[in-house]
Amino acid sequence: MSPADWTEQELGVEGRVLPVLTAPDPVLSRPGEEVDPTDPATVQLAADLVATMRVSPGCVGLAAQQVGVAAQVFCVDVSEHPKARTHHGTFVLCNTEVVQASRNQKAREGCMSVPDFTGDVKRATRLVVRGRLPGTGEEVELETDAFEARALLHEIDHTHGLLFIDRVADAHAIHKRQTYL
Amino acid sequence: MSDLHAVTVLGHDRPGIIAETTAGLARLGLNVEDSTMTLLRGHFAMMLLCRGEVGGDAIESELASLAADGDLDVAVRSVTDRPDPYAAGSSWVLTVHGGDRPGIVSAVVAEVASAGGNITDLTTRLSGDLYLLLAELDLPAGADSDAVAEAITRAGGEVGVTATLRPAEADEL
Repeated sequence: MSPADWTEQELGVEGRVLPVLTAPDPVLSRPGEEVDPTDPATVQLAADLVATMRVSPGCVGLAAQQVGVAAQVFCVDVSEHPKARTHHGTFVLCNTEVVQASRNQKAREGCMSVPDFTGDVKRATRLVVRGRLPGTGEEVELETDAFEARALLHEIDHTHGLLFIDRVADAHAIHKRQTYL
Repeated sequence: MSDLHAVTVLGHDRPGIIAETTAGLARLGLNVEDSTMTLLRGHFAMMLLCRGEVGGDAIESELASLAADGDLDVAVRSVTDRPDPYAAGSSWVLTVHGGDRPGIVSAVVAEVASAGGNITDLTTRLSGDLYLLLAELDLPAGADSDAVAEAITRAGGEVGVTATLRPAEADEL
């Protein structure tokens, strides 16, 4: 199955809206364990991430660390975002690894877990990642670009205990956020 | 006497401080060669390096009106041109973030200093409980950067913060 054809209906459980943690909560800096994507706890976590992302204005991705779980699970949905070019709708990936990343570009990022700042971060705009779908555990490879690539790299970083502030370009690359969605 | 002067202006912010300072320097024929200015929690902080055959006393006298109401401190000192001793080294970006507490900066930058590293730019931010430090630094040629990065991460861990060191990237065009 392609992540583009996947919907959270595949999970068969209802997601719960969880509180989103903010830095300096230490779980945000904790590298996530690999998970068993077929484990009911992983499936519930996947559903919870999607549910929490859906109710959070402007949110295009959410990782397990942000809801207090140090695990390699995240969800993404950039389909409504004006900067998205290629997109695969709503999907959740487990144990994701970067296969190919190229064409770095710098852009300003924000994060629900760092609500007061934005930062200039260089990320690949051409990206191939490999991960597993929660529920079936099927391995999928996903090729994308532009904003979806940035969102994926941002979320993969979360699952490794890294925030965008760990990747900013220089000493003046952090900016006070004027308004938060 | 050096013809290079460091001018610092510190105090309560208000509109026009930079205009008044640079106007005074221009009247003396001084050329502003380098400068930085920021607001630290609403407090004005500016440093200028300016060059010209003028004595420090004359500059202080010219800028005296800035400090007249007692809200600003203006200081002038003579400095000398120095070659950059780190030109052969490598450049790095340091990020530190965690819960605010005294001693974070000193714990982490001590590791930079003990490796012979030199911090060239430093910004810190505090928002709520989140303390954030970003620095650019040079390590001397031949420094074991992996060991420095490990020492920084360890020092950060001891004061409960996340500290990462990574190469400063430059695009070669």
